[in-house]
Order: sequence, then structure tokens, then C-alpha cells
Amino acid sequence: MTDATRAEVCAAAVADCFADDGEIFGSPMGTMPMLGVRLAKLTSNPDLLISDGESLFLGGVPPLGAKADVVEGWIPFRRVFDVVAYGKRHVMMGATQIDRHGNQNISAIGPFDKPKRQLLGVRGAPGNTVNNRTSYWVPKHGTRVFVDQVDVVSGVGPQRAKQAGTAATRYNDIHRIVTNLCVLDVRGAEDTLRVLSIHPGVTADEVRESTGCELEVPGDVAETRTPTMQELILIREVLDPRSLRDREVPPQ
Amino acid sequence: MSTPRDKTMTIDQVVAELEDGMTIGIGGWGPRRKPMALVRAILRSELKGLTIVSYGGADVGLLCQAGKVERLVYAFVSLDTVPLEPHFQQARQNGTIPEVVELDEGMFQTGLRAAAQRLPFLPMRAGLGSDVLVNNAHIRTVTSPYDDGEELVAVPALHLDVALVHLNRADAHGNAVYLGPDPYFDDLFCMAADRAFVSTEEIVDTAGLTVDAPVQRLLISRMMVAGVVETPNGANFTTCTPDYERDEAFMRHYAKAAADPETWSAFQQRFLAGSEDDYQAAVAAWHAEQRGQA
Repeated sequence: MTDATRAEVCAAAVADCFADDGEIFGSPMGTMPMLGVRLAKLTSNPDLLISDGESLFLGGVPPLGAKADVVEGWIPFRRVFDVVAYGKRHVMMGATQIDRHGNQNISAIGPFDKPKRQLLGVRGAPGNTVNNRTSYWVPKHGTRVFVDQVDVVSGVGPQRAKQAGTAATRYNDIHRIVTNLCVLDVRGAEDTLRVLSIHPGVTADEVRESTGCELEVPGDVAETRTPTMQELILIREVLDPRSLRDREVPPQ
Repeated sequence: MSTPRDKTMTIDQVVAELEDGMTIGIGGWGPRRKPMALVRAILRSELKGLTIVSYGGADVGLLCQAGKVERLVYAFVSLDTVPLEPHFQQARQNGTIPEVVELDEGMFQTGLRAAAQRLPFLPMRAGLGSDVLVNNAHIRTVTSPYDDGEELVAVPALHLDVALVHLNRADAHGNAVYLGPDPYFDDLFCMAADRAFVSTEEIVDTAGLTVDAPVQRLLISRMMVAGVVETPNGANFTTCTPDYERDEAFMRHYAKAAADPETWSAFQQRFLAGSEDDYQAAVAAWHAEQRGQA
């Protein structure tokens, strides 16, 4: 498909993050991650468990913002924490900063004692990243997001996990970082950022210029796939008829 | 016939039980089912130097703004649809909270659980490798005594002097039921505390607690509870599903007012200067005005 928007390319890229997860809790934070997880459940991975983001496992796959007809389980916050430790979960979180080593920050910008800008707090990022598979969604890939070193390590990258010992590395699994420009992982040299694919219409230079730290871009880097016709119909007509996706990644 | 004792109190009687410097846990989650009537009463009191332990929302923001907080234990402070709580954000950026303990959400629960089980700590992975351990030098690790030898976080018990929680229904003895989607951690807060006070939409007789709710929703047992206070609409502007949802319009009004000292002072005078009844009347009048303008 050539007429897919950038947002739709992103949705399919997010869905691909969850394709091989099997029967686990796909736990998206925010609009695009939720769209991608639901797309995965309707295509590559029907065994995924999805929630309403509040306390219910949904039997069906409702559109963004709609209520579920069928409920297949109860997942209040206390049981989310149980499932984090149990490990059968893949969370896709946001990130105000991500560094070269795949550490993420949602806590504060500047010194922790007196931040220049206080953000949410570390939330569940420390626990997520040493217990279950974790991916990140970055709607605006830029030099202030991708930095040399995050100000407050909330989500733990592989190098920091190794420094903390076996208990931290055992289940540390930073899977993918999907942005509006490309898809990355942290399996570059010495556990650093590496570009896996670049979205159609984006150049490698553009990705480098938008990244505030060193970045491994393989010479033969792939182009991110475009959604299939079936995926486009599911995105446009079933899951997101109100085009909420365009608010996160505006059409070019 | 012997019956358990009656623990009903007024809002002011509950606040009179609190003392300067106490560690107070506040139940609910972010902008959901918070004991706001009790929080508002603390704002009106002379109390100071408190340690507040909360999955934070406007409860934390208001108490920080009022200068009541000496030490804050939290994993996040958010109003959900307004992601950053404005008073909390300002307090952090101005450095006006003397001590903060920012924990992972799961560590926070584990700390309450350790306190509820009267243990000094419980082990978990969360925190390893993160700056939670860097910014909280008091948190130590512990090495497994078994063959794996793993070094885990020894999450210290979050012991509370007092817990404040808000439930949909309670009886006069302190048994309480939640009717919404999530129990949050209110039972753990009560068990982590020396004394717990339950505010509720409605005090009913004991039989009434299970008329429209399965027994599994009886989250709080009277053995955990020191006092019960009826505060209708007392979680406002947070959720108290199914009695009422979040007062989104008023919450946004709050967040907007909080952004500027002048508008905040007007907000405070209009909504927070009087009693809980005055607050409820002022919010109702504000909504009537909004409808008039619409």
C-alpha cells in the first residue's frame, strides 16, 4: 500500500512489536500503542490479552474509546503488579527522554533534587523494565528526546541492568522503540540504540539529525513496511474511525 | 444482643485525631476515589510537618500547596486527563517539599504490604538499575540466601500512623464496600496503619452492605478501622464510581486556577475557605453558573 499515512505506518510497526508475544497481556500506554496492540490482536496475534486501561480484560477488540461488549477478566492495578512480576506482559510506555543505552525517563528533567521540570514520576517503569518485555513509543523523534544520558533513569536499559546484577538482567527485555521516523532496538554495540528500519519518506540523515546521541544506522537499513490493505481497513474503519492517530502523528 | 461498637465520627473529629509530624497514607489512585473531604479538612487545620504517602492526585497537590508536607512518598502525581498535577509540579520545581521519596508503583505497594505484614521489608526486583535506588540512599538491597544468590531490592515497610480512605458504603462499625471497578490499595493502606479512618458516601446498616454488592466487594473489615465518617460527594472532584464519575469540568477549573497565584487565591477563597458543606455548595453553584453560560 502506498497511500498509507505516517501514522498508519507507525500503527503497523507497533503491532509488529506484539506479533510474536503469544498469550500475554499487551499493555499499551497512550493512543498509538493502544491502536497498534489492538491491530496486532486482530491480525498477527489473536491470543493477546488486552484491557480497557482501567480494570477489565476485554473479550473483543473494540475501537479506541469504545466500551467492550464482552469481558474476559479482571485486572485492577494490584493484579497488574502481580502480572508484571509474573512476566506475561509486554508494556509499551511513553518516554520524555531515552538515552543511548536505552534508559528511559518520565520522572523529571534536570537535577532530581530540584527539577527544572517535574514530570509524572517514575510510575511503573523501574519494575516493568526488570520484569517484563518493554517497548517505547515516541511520537516526536527529536534531539531533546534521544539524549546521551537521561536525567532520571526510570526505565532501565540493558547496560544499567547488567551493572545491577543477575536479578536485574534476568528478565530485562527492552524490545523496540517505535518513533514517528523509525523503529529502533538496543542491540547495537555494547547495548546501544540501533535503527532497525526507517519509515517510508524518511532519510537516514533525517533520523541522525533528529537524534541527540550516537546512533547505529546499518548501511543496508530496511524500510519500515507499509500496512496491508486489511490492516488499513481495520485501522480506518474498525479501530480508529475518528482518526485519533493523526493527533499524535499528523499527516505529512 | 451484643453489637460491635459504633465508630461514626464527624470530619472535624477525624482531623482532631491527627497530629503534627504524623505519617498519613491516603487511599485511592491519582484522580480516583480519594478521601477529598478529609484532605480538605486537613487544609483548613493547623496541622503541619506531615509525611504523606499516596498514589498521588490533587490530594498531594493541595497538601503541598498548603505547605503541610515535610516528606512526600509517591510513585506518580497525576490527574490523568491533566497529566501533570500543577501544584505538585510547582512545589517540586520551587524545591518547597523538604524531602521526597519517589518509588516505583509496585515498590510502593510492596512497602505497604511489608508494613501490613509487620515486616521490616519485602524483596522484589523493581528498582534495580534505576535511579530510584540512587535518589533514595536509604533503600538497600538484600542477597537471596538460596542457591540463586540474587541481589534484590529490600523494599522498606511503609508504616503509617494513620490511613484515610474513601469507600462507597460503610456501616457504623467500619466494614466498608467498594462498588467501582478497582479496590485500589485501600485495604493495604488500612493494614499498614496504626489507625485507619474510612470516609464514605453513605453509612448503611450491616445487612445493607451486601444488598447490591457481592460479598467479595467488602474490602475493609472493621478490625482495620478506627472511625467512620459519612461525607456525601466526599471524593469530589475525583471518581467514586458508580455513585459519580470524575468531575472533569471542575477538575480542569482547578488545574487552570492552580497555574497562577492570583487565580489560585480566588479559587481558594471561593471553594476552600469554608466547611465541607460550603465547598459542596460552592461547587454546585459553579456548575450552575457554567450551565447558565452554556
